[in-house]
Amino acid sequence: MNDEARVLTTKVDWLLNWGRWNSLWYLLFGTACCGIELMQTGGPRADVDRFGAVPRAVPRQSDLMIVAGAVTYKMAERVRLLYDQMPEPKYVIAMGSCANCGGLFTRSYSVVKGVDLVIPVDIYLPGCAPRPEALTDAILKIQKKIQSERWVDKRRPLAHGRT
Amino acid sequence: MDAREIAERLQAKFGGDSVTVTAPAVGDAAVVVKTALLLDVCRFLKSEPELGFDYLRCVSGVDLKDRMESVYHLYSMKVGHGLVVKVVLDRAAPEVASVESVWKSANWFERESYDLLGIRYTGHPNLERVMMPRDWVGHPLRKDYVEAESYHGIPTSRPDPVGGKDA
Repeated sequence: MNDEARVLTTKVDWLLNWGRWNSLWYLLFGTACCGIELMQTGGPRADVDRFGAVPRAVPRQSDLMIVAGAVTYKMAERVRLLYDQMPEPKYVIAMGSCANCGGLFTRSYSVVKGVDLVIPVDIYLPGCAPRPEALTDAILKIQKKIQSERWVDKRRPLAHGRT
Repeated sequence: MDAREIAERLQAKFGGDSVTVTAPAVGDAAVVVKTALLLDVCRFLKSEPELGFDYLRCVSGVDLKDRMESVYHLYSMKVGHGLVVKVVLDRAAPEVASVESVWKSANWFERESYDLLGIRYTGHPNLERVMMPRDWVGHPLRKDYVEAESYHGIPTSRPDPVGGKDA
């Protein structure tokens, strides 16, 4: 094969999405006990690295926020700040019952009754706590979602109507 | 020494009506101290060699609807005995002297008790909320605490998706 023949024909959206769904960097961020399962998911047994999902320590490098655990009102402001710092396009998995709806702490005075009251959520992952296999499945579902999107001009409104 | 013997020591020092002993059917016997005397009693409990309470394990607040209590769990590493000290507080304006000057560990315990129950510890060097956000309204472990509708724009309730009466 000579150099002139090295040509690839594809669609722009598909190619950009291919890059995105295979480099789904998630924010290394746990708010409670689900954080332990999140760490396991990044560990050698579940190993989501093989899907291109690697933890990042900084929201500005992250594509995906996994809200792992109960979010208190005190923490909710920080969660919103971290989310706002992430560049578009960005995705959120609410991991576990507490992040979904308050879970065990529905009657509590200090826990937010679902993180979707603070930031928009793409995938609700049930369980208390969900196993690493379940979180892996949620990440694959985010990948599916990315595959179905048109990347160009993708924007979403900021949380709570911020501009 | 058990609570009764310690109470006798305290009565000999501070007067007969300064201290009473409660011995519930379940749980530890406690020494109930007159609120105004708490700081003096605590200093005595720590400095007296035979008592030697050098360790404050916990400070808790209790809301009993008609009154409030501040409860101190003490232990002596030297002598190897423990003691529960209680003070009864006026529920409308719960206030008691801080024992932070006696045991440093009281600092955060008293802040927590202030945060969640609104007990004011006079003489505390930094009596601020330690768990709830600083601008939180009310003290959530009080029996008559009413939850606000929202906090910083975040609603504090969630509609029940199946519409049960418990929503």
